[in-house]
Amino acid sequence: MSNVRVLAGTRKGAFVLTSDGKRKKWDVSGPHFAGWEISHVKGSPADPNRLYASQSSGWFGQQIQRSNDGGKTWEPVGNKFVYDGVPGTHQWYDGTPHPWEFKRVWHLEPSLTDPDTAYAGVEDAAIFRTTDGGQTWEELAGLRGHGSGPRWQPGAGGMCLHTILLDPANAGRMYIAISAAGAFRTDDCGQTWRPINQGLRSQYIPDPNAEVGHCVHRIAMHRSRPNVLFMQKHWDVMRSDDGGESWREVSGNLPTDFGFPIDVHAHEPETIYVVPIKSDSEHFPPEGKLRVYRSRTGGNEWEPLTRGLPQSDCYVNVLRDAMAVDSLDECGVYFGTTGGQVYASADAGDSWAPIVRDLPAVLSVEVQTLP
Amino acid sequence: MIRIELPAHLRTLARVEGAVQVEVEGPVTQRSVLDALEARHPALRGTIRDHVTGQRRPYVRFFACEQDLSHESPDTPLPEAVARGAEPLLVVGAIAGG
Repeated sequence: MSNVRVLAGTRKGAFVLTSDGKRKKWDVSGPHFAGWEISHVKGSPADPNRLYASQSSGWFGQQIQRSNDGGKTWEPVGNKFVYDGVPGTHQWYDGTPHPWEFKRVWHLEPSLTDPDTAYAGVEDAAIFRTTDGGQTWEELAGLRGHGSGPRWQPGAGGMCLHTILLDPANAGRMYIAISAAGAFRTDDCGQTWRPINQGLRSQYIPDPNAEVGHCVHRIAMHRSRPNVLFMQKHWDVMRSDDGGESWREVSGNLPTDFGFPIDVHAHEPETIYVVPIKSDSEHFPPEGKLRVYRSRTGGNEWEPLTRGLPQSDCYVNVLRDAMAVDSLDECGVYFGTTGGQVYASADAGDSWAPIVRDLPAVLSVEVQTLP
Repeated sequence: MIRIELPAHLRTLARVEGAVQVEVEGPVTQRSVLDALEARHPALRGTIRDHVTGQRRPYVRFFACEQDLSHESPDTPLPEAVARGAEPLLVVGAIAGG
């Protein structure tokens, strides 16, 4: 029987949660890197025992940790993230130019084929790549070099590159997303990039239809259909059927279309999940009810999933990297909250139970399905 | 032998217990001591001072002999008691956050 390993990054350490295919009983390991902020932990699809973790602190800066045994032991690897050339400026919150300054790594995306290759999405927004297992990192500077950088601006969480999607059918193609610049695509392994924000509309920027400046919160794809993308924007849930060339809104009957994570069922490419949040000024579920919404039609028609989730007095948030799915026959869905709960559903979202309920605020959740 | 006392998180990162000891050839300064420390414990690179500029990170302080040396030039000689190992150089995380 297969096993699952859930990798949770929190404000005060990383936790590894493991179970068998039933996903009823869980072993909890951690905190790893106790006291440090762990923005993301992710395993290599090419070698599930190779994990990368982003560890940081306001005092001591950025670290990258690597494990070769599925998270039992770790070693610090390279933490030198230096922008290529003169970094230039982006917009500050008040619209004035502000120099690019490295702050932290938000997201680590291991290569689909090589355990020693991984990508890092960082704040201030840029993408870096390692090809030596994390020892050294080199910026893919074509992204910042696209020319629109002076118009990028930070979202409330900072100017972060938080999403990296690797196209399993086209080794040269990647998608990334930045708050608040928007989505970008490369078709040449990261040498050159272009914005793919046609159809996004954001009332909070001077030109609601601008080429860049949109606060994209998360993008997801199903590996069998890499041209179909789903996006949770600051407001609006969006869909593209042409690799990001154009987007249309699929918020449909959601109670609110503000939120952070979005993910796709492992075996049903038209089944997607979001967690509606009341508003950009009230980062908690509407009515104090924690509800995951599922669409089985690729958007527009949504159903609330509530069984096992608190339906009163719940005021947690679910952050953009804090939802994931496993690939067991009955797809498992997982998410973590700022209240420290990690919820799991072993039936594609029909019912939920907490794996743990008292961790530090959860920043990220990833899942590995192990043989 | 120069003694350096690190904050708990950096001791964990460097996998050391208690004070770290380093040898320094030539003048004993913040820069030469930190160079020796980072050479011995590469995991500490970038944690106390910036990788590129070499500047002290904003929330890190240097104390020794009941003096705050944080704002001294990195090339100013450290107190003689530190240089001969009688007193440690304290690397301190500023009181902040939670």
